[in-house]
Amino acid sequence: MRFSHVIGLFSAAAMSAALVGNAAAQSKTVKIGGIFPMSGNAASIGVHVKHAFDVALDIINNPHPELGNFPLAKNGGLAGLGGAKVEIVYADNQGSPATGQNQALRLITEEKVVALTGAYQSGITLTASAIAEKYNIPFVNGESVAPNLTERGFKWFFRVTPIATDFARVYYEFLNDMKAAGAKTDNIAILHDNTEYGASVANTLTTAFKEKGIAVALDVAYATNATDVQSQVLQLKEKKPDVVIAISYTSDAILFAKTMQALDYKPPMLLADDSGYSDPSFIKAVGKISQGVFNRSSWSVGPAGSPTAIIAKMYKDKSGDDMDDTVARQMQALFVLCEAIDRAGSTEPAKIQAALKATDLKPDQIMMGYKGVKFDDKGQNILASGLIIQLQDGENYVSVWPKASAEKTPIMPYKGW
Amino acid sequence: MTFTLVQVIVGGLLLGAVYALFSSGLTLVWGMMNVVNFAHGDFVMLGMYVAFVVYTLLGGGPLIGAPLATLLLATLGVIVYFGLIRDIMKGPMLAQILGTFGLALLLRYSVFWWFGANFLSLPENLVGGTFDIFGIRIQASRLLAGVVALVVTLALHLLLTRTTLGSRMLAVAEDATAAQLMGIRPDSMQAIAWAIAAGATGLAGALIATFFYIVPTVGETLGIVAFVTVSLGGFGSVPGALVAGLLIGVIESLSGYLIGAVYKDIVVYSLFLGFLWFRPQGLMGKT
Repeated sequence: MRFSHVIGLFSAAAMSAALVGNAAAQSKTVKIGGIFPMSGNAASIGVHVKHAFDVALDIINNPHPELGNFPLAKNGGLAGLGGAKVEIVYADNQGSPATGQNQALRLITEEKVVALTGAYQSGITLTASAIAEKYNIPFVNGESVAPNLTERGFKWFFRVTPIATDFARVYYEFLNDMKAAGAKTDNIAILHDNTEYGASVANTLTTAFKEKGIAVALDVAYATNATDVQSQVLQLKEKKPDVVIAISYTSDAILFAKTMQALDYKPPMLLADDSGYSDPSFIKAVGKISQGVFNRSSWSVGPAGSPTAIIAKMYKDKSGDDMDDTVARQMQALFVLCEAIDRAGSTEPAKIQAALKATDLKPDQIMMGYKGVKFDDKGQNILASGLIIQLQDGENYVSVWPKASAEKTPIMPYKGW
Repeated sequence: MTFTLVQVIVGGLLLGAVYALFSSGLTLVWGMMNVVNFAHGDFVMLGMYVAFVVYTLLGGGPLIGAPLATLLLATLGVIVYFGLIRDIMKGPMLAQILGTFGLALLLRYSVFWWFGANFLSLPENLVGGTFDIFGIRIQASRLLAGVVALVVTLALHLLLTRTTLGSRMLAVAEDATAAQLMGIRPDSMQAIAWAIAAGATGLAGALIATFFYIVPTVGETLGIVAFVTVSLGGFGSVPGALVAGLLIGVIESLSGYLIGAVYKDIVVYSLFLGFLWFRPQGLMGKT
């Protein structure tokens, strides 16, 4: 075999590895499909979620008495199904709504999964869940916040995370409190990408603020995965808003941080909408030049020895990264889904759907800082809530609002670098 | 207003110089052997990772990272030529496309496997911070990339037009059989072309890494611009890529600032298509 053929073979192998997902199958397990970005610019999310799900499966499939009352931890496997083990069949959405949809179809028809979770980007959750709806397979989402996902009248879609309308309220109340404390918050700019996530969250915030009598003075939209954001930063620099609300995925968030420093632009307050700004690689890459950025979160590590602290440590040992809000919300969705399957005592989709509808988890049965998990008719968790965190030292987010759950007081203005 | 506008144009020029630097390797390979290298963006990505490794292991900046990336990528260029390109060039066009595309995925996912998918970044002040000239801010790292882009373009242009080696390379590009009859070995010439092209690409990567994030898929993000730059400049024309890069940078910046960032790609690509309608060979391409 000549050298060129070896290289050719490697190339072919790389292509097939990228194009074809793994298709391992095992019987007598509960198969759940997980659609996430494993390649493309959001691939770091897929890597994080895989580590998180490994931890979750460890907790579900093996006895973990140290987690106390945490659902599914005590015994090995799902008790309601005679100790059946849970297995995740992953599919790569490649950051594309069309691929996400095809993968949902493949997981349902070929892998015969009993339920689906995913798909990170709201635009892909939108298409993938439409397939689940068509095939009557439950789809439990933990992290997509575009409001319209639960406004489609779907019967098989359940969303655990708080959504843009919840956060519009959180932001509004937070800004009000900051204003009472002497900060200027009248002139608001929203910076967002043009994806389903960025556009819909920006739209929801604008509408919600308008209802409260606050006009969003400047709306800066950009195409995601930008090669350059100088003109957007200059637009903001010229208009001098009091508050910049940034809605960006990781790649763009890093580019904005770098460009803001290069052009010496610091808004008095930078308020980020989770996603990119919560990615641990954002903090590692540009945390030191983004000191003082506010962010929303529903995750908090909690006191030592608590279930959340134990889970956070298991995740850190597994992945090498600290648990962040996004991956924690994804993990929570998997727990909610498995708890429902356990309670249903069956892998029949209709029974799982009924169990999901009856879900009623209390704050001590979940890992997120929600008031619980309970779905309304649209499939939205009505007990989801959140808080405001701040990257004060450029290394770790601390909770700063509301006062009741604050570790530190908010620091103003935005420090940057 | 006018003040910001100057900053926008300066930013656009610096961005454009980077596009030009990014594209020079791609246009050279096309000019030399009519091969479109779809792995080009991933070569740049490798250059970025070389710069990153040099920084984390040796604490060195682009002064060490850039020459090392040039050298390593040039070597890789020769390996790729003899291992893959030489053979697929004999096949149909589709084989070239799929071959280099497969190589792109191989490189991308090897780096993905080795370094992980996390975003990496070099410290912001590695190349001496930012100048402030009458309120116009110029990042030293971008300026360095811009200057190097000019130098590389000039050097490549002089090499091709003023040296014996350049004439031989062009002779092979023109007619490999005739060149062979004149005692020129097409294989060595094309291997040298790949070494130079890949080396320039590695250099570009190492410099871009000083102000851009580093991630295995970054070649995808930057790659499209390279293809547009090369076709606007004229496939095979090194000076064309420079002019096209600067043009695209400024148009992108201006339209992003004046009309809105969401629309800037629409502006750039409609101008691009409109231009190709009148001049399909690009700004400086041969007919």
